[in-house]
Amino acid sequence: MGVRMREKAEIMDADEIRRALSRMAHEIVEHNPDTTRLAFVGVHRRGVPLARRLAEQVGRIEGHPAPPVGALDITLYRDDLTAVGPLPVVRRTDIEFDVTGRLLVLVDDVLYTGRTVRAALDAIMDLGRPARVQLAVLVDRGHRELPIRADFVGKVVPTARREHVEVRLAETDGQERVVILERVEPDDEPTRRP
Amino acid sequence: MWPKHLLALEELEAGDIRQILDTADAMRQVFERPVKKFPTLRGRVVVNLFYEPSTRTRTSFELAAKALSADVVNVAVAQSSVVKGESLVDTARTFESLGADYVVIRHASAGVPHLLARTIRARVVNAGDGAHEHPTQGLLDLYTIRRRKGRVEGLNVLILGDVLHSRVARSDIWGLRKLGASVGVAGPATLLPVGLEALGVRRFHRLDEALEWADVVNVLRIQRERMQRGYLPSLREYRLRWGLTEQRLRRLREGVLIMHPGPANVGVEIDEAVLTDARSAVSEQVTNGVAVRMAVLYLMAGREREDGEAP
Amino acid sequence: MLIRGGRVIDPASGTDGELDVLVEDGRIRRLAALIREGADQVVDARGAWVLPGAIDIHVHLREPGQEHKERIETGTRAAAAGGITAVACMPNTTPAIDSAPMVSHVQQVARQRGAVRVYVIGALTKGRQGHELAEMGEMAEAGAVAFSDDGDTVMDAALMRSALLYASQLGRPVVAHCLDASLARGGVMREGPVATRLGLPGIPAEAETVIVARDVALARATGARLHLAHLSTAESVRIVAQARAEGVPVTAEVTPHHLFLTDEALSGYDPAAKVNPPLGSEEDRQALRRALAEGVIDAVASDHAPHAPEEKAAELDQAPFGAVGLETMLALVLGHLVREGVLTPMQAVAAVSLRPAQVLGLPGGRLAEGEVADITLFDPGAAWVVEPDRLHSMGRNTPFAGWRLVGRPVATMVGGRLVMRDGQLLGE
Repeated sequence: MGVRMREKAEIMDADEIRRALSRMAHEIVEHNPDTTRLAFVGVHRRGVPLARRLAEQVGRIEGHPAPPVGALDITLYRDDLTAVGPLPVVRRTDIEFDVTGRLLVLVDDVLYTGRTVRAALDAIMDLGRPARVQLAVLVDRGHRELPIRADFVGKVVPTARREHVEVRLAETDGQERVVILERVEPDDEPTRRP
Repeated sequence: MWPKHLLALEELEAGDIRQILDTADAMRQVFERPVKKFPTLRGRVVVNLFYEPSTRTRTSFELAAKALSADVVNVAVAQSSVVKGESLVDTARTFESLGADYVVIRHASAGVPHLLARTIRARVVNAGDGAHEHPTQGLLDLYTIRRRKGRVEGLNVLILGDVLHSRVARSDIWGLRKLGASVGVAGPATLLPVGLEALGVRRFHRLDEALEWADVVNVLRIQRERMQRGYLPSLREYRLRWGLTEQRLRRLREGVLIMHPGPANVGVEIDEAVLTDARSAVSEQVTNGVAVRMAVLYLMAGREREDGEAP
Repeated sequence: MLIRGGRVIDPASGTDGELDVLVEDGRIRRLAALIREGADQVVDARGAWVLPGAIDIHVHLREPGQEHKERIETGTRAAAAGGITAVACMPNTTPAIDSAPMVSHVQQVARQRGAVRVYVIGALTKGRQGHELAEMGEMAEAGAVAFSDDGDTVMDAALMRSALLYASQLGRPVVAHCLDASLARGGVMREGPVATRLGLPGIPAEAETVIVARDVALARATGARLHLAHLSTAESVRIVAQARAEGVPVTAEVTPHHLFLTDEALSGYDPAAKVNPPLGSEEDRQALRRALAEGVIDAVASDHAPHAPEEKAAELDQAPFGAVGLETMLALVLGHLVREGVLTPMQAVAAVSLRPAQVLGLPGGRLAEGEVADITLFDPGAAWVVEPDRLHSMGRNTPFAGWRLVGRPVATMVGGRLVMRDGQLLGE
């Protein structure tokens, strides 16, 4: 892609991420007393490590093994396939447990238009019939285009459409922070490199 | 950029081929789910235009398209107006006007998919053109090898039999070479084409020597009519000198992978015991075929058709 | 009419220089520098070559019976547009030209509607079936200049030998299309690495060379005048060179497409490149060029083989063999072969005028006072692009579609009358 982005602000550092996830784990337990039926499904890519962390925390809080965690690739359920250009890479969906009857927590890093979550719900429904699906996201940046809301949110951050929220995690990016990036317009550049 | 049509493995880059195989891995999971479908190609229309009879390949494309929720129209040439003398191009254009997004074409004449790609706007998938190529078969062979052996690069792959008339052999040669395998061929001199060395392929004149070298053996079908046209004295002699018999199976190394594009002439180029041996991947090839075809249809979907675009 | 200021190239006399040509009553009246005599019409030939009218001795006019591909009228118009003043047409029409009335019929149509001269080549065997000799005597009386079963080979060696003996007694050459039917069976292009890559059935080079060897041996034994059509392999060239060294009266021709293209031209499955004999390897192409330059091959002939566009737009193995060539031959031979240093201008002019005339025993091919005024003007510097839709032939199947050529005929004169000037055909 030819679009250049630059960092505008850091909205969460490592500690803030840790505390947010801890709080979310407690909220999840509070809203799902029967934690033995809980299961987490992370949406590729960064939803997966977040789902694992939440599951581990829930296990520690309740004093039993962590609930199962699955990884979901929603590429084949997206509604925007007619875009020009090569298609996104399709990854494996690894959900070792049966979703039917489960209290599922769908986990993603950023909630934006809601279309990814819509696709994830369709994918889950093709795998079985969960008793309940709740949504946990680290950042809600607004601008919903579908009637989707998160049940558990790390931080709500109002953003402009031309901005981009990026969650960086140790497992995927080697760092722990959440940043806002913005597109660089040509006349923003102070000097032109030769 | 992904090419608009899948006409030949000769025209794909190694990176494209790997992307197809990786995507096939994800696609393969559809069989393990209660709902054996993804909604990805919902509303797209795939026309199977088969001028040569083929239940196996056609069904495979049909299952692949349906697994992605596309609609499928099967055209068996004997039944359509083609018999009345409508030209190939007219037929394809008719389907295009009826909304076909993909035309999957199998034809006895090499170059027909190229002709279609030049004249219609739908995406063309070559399901076998004469002796030229059968790209999705080549891809599923690569995928099968990769799944069973963990890689393609550096393997010695032997193609055994009537290479002269085989589109599968040609697609395999291109795919294997691009992914870094060593390719050898073995068979009667009358059935090995000229110029294979230019493609980086090694010729073996004795089957036993070839079998010792090979990590993978792909056994090609021998057709009866080759006898009538002066290529072979008899099928009996073919089996004796070039058949993958039970006897030869016993001398094969443990790790050798055996494949056959099907349908097999049991007792001629290959024995029953070989087909059912643990080293044979023949039954997986069929499942892999659907996954690979799903990957191809998916990856070809993304490019928007621009009106008037020259493919 | 006065053709002024051109570079006159006449191989018969060895003339190559700036001369004016005065034409009167259909003949060349004077050839000299700076003719001051007045004339009704003056053609400014400055910058152009003035050569004896080009003669294409291998053309398919398709009439009678295949008028959906070409007619005598349209084929000769294509010739005129290509700077060609005379063509020899092949008898593989429907029905074949295998009798005196058929010969007369073609000559009559050509007289009435042809834009250039037409010489008729009669069939060697009845119906071109290769079983019985055709009535060559009657056809010769009616004006046939040579005999050929072109398109097919007489596979029965005994019959070919008879045909050579019979024709030679009539003083007519036999034009042989050399392709062993059993070796060529089912093939659509030259057997080789390209055919293997494309998955197309191949015709091995030996399909031509075994018959060339056979026919040369028969010519040697019978003393007949044998002319080998459209040679396409290095091995055929070797056989011919050897035969000529031994004094066997064999001549040979080559097509422009075999001089410029190889089997790679079929890489896109383009049916325009599907020709018979098929395009060969690079080695063959170079050998054919050398042979032409050394005189082992006498002449260039187009083998103009038009087909209706729908016929050629089919699957490659269903499409008929053949390429049109009347309108590109001179540009390729006089323009590009000379520019590439393969032929001198004198050699190139000879290859398309004097030598074809000599091979078939035809009048023409020379510029001399008293000769019939069949003259071609050629501008060696004119650049143009080959556009199939703008060809005058009904066939559009040129393998040179889209090529940028340098060199173009700018005037065609038959019997003292201009039939083409600056790309425009002039009416009767």
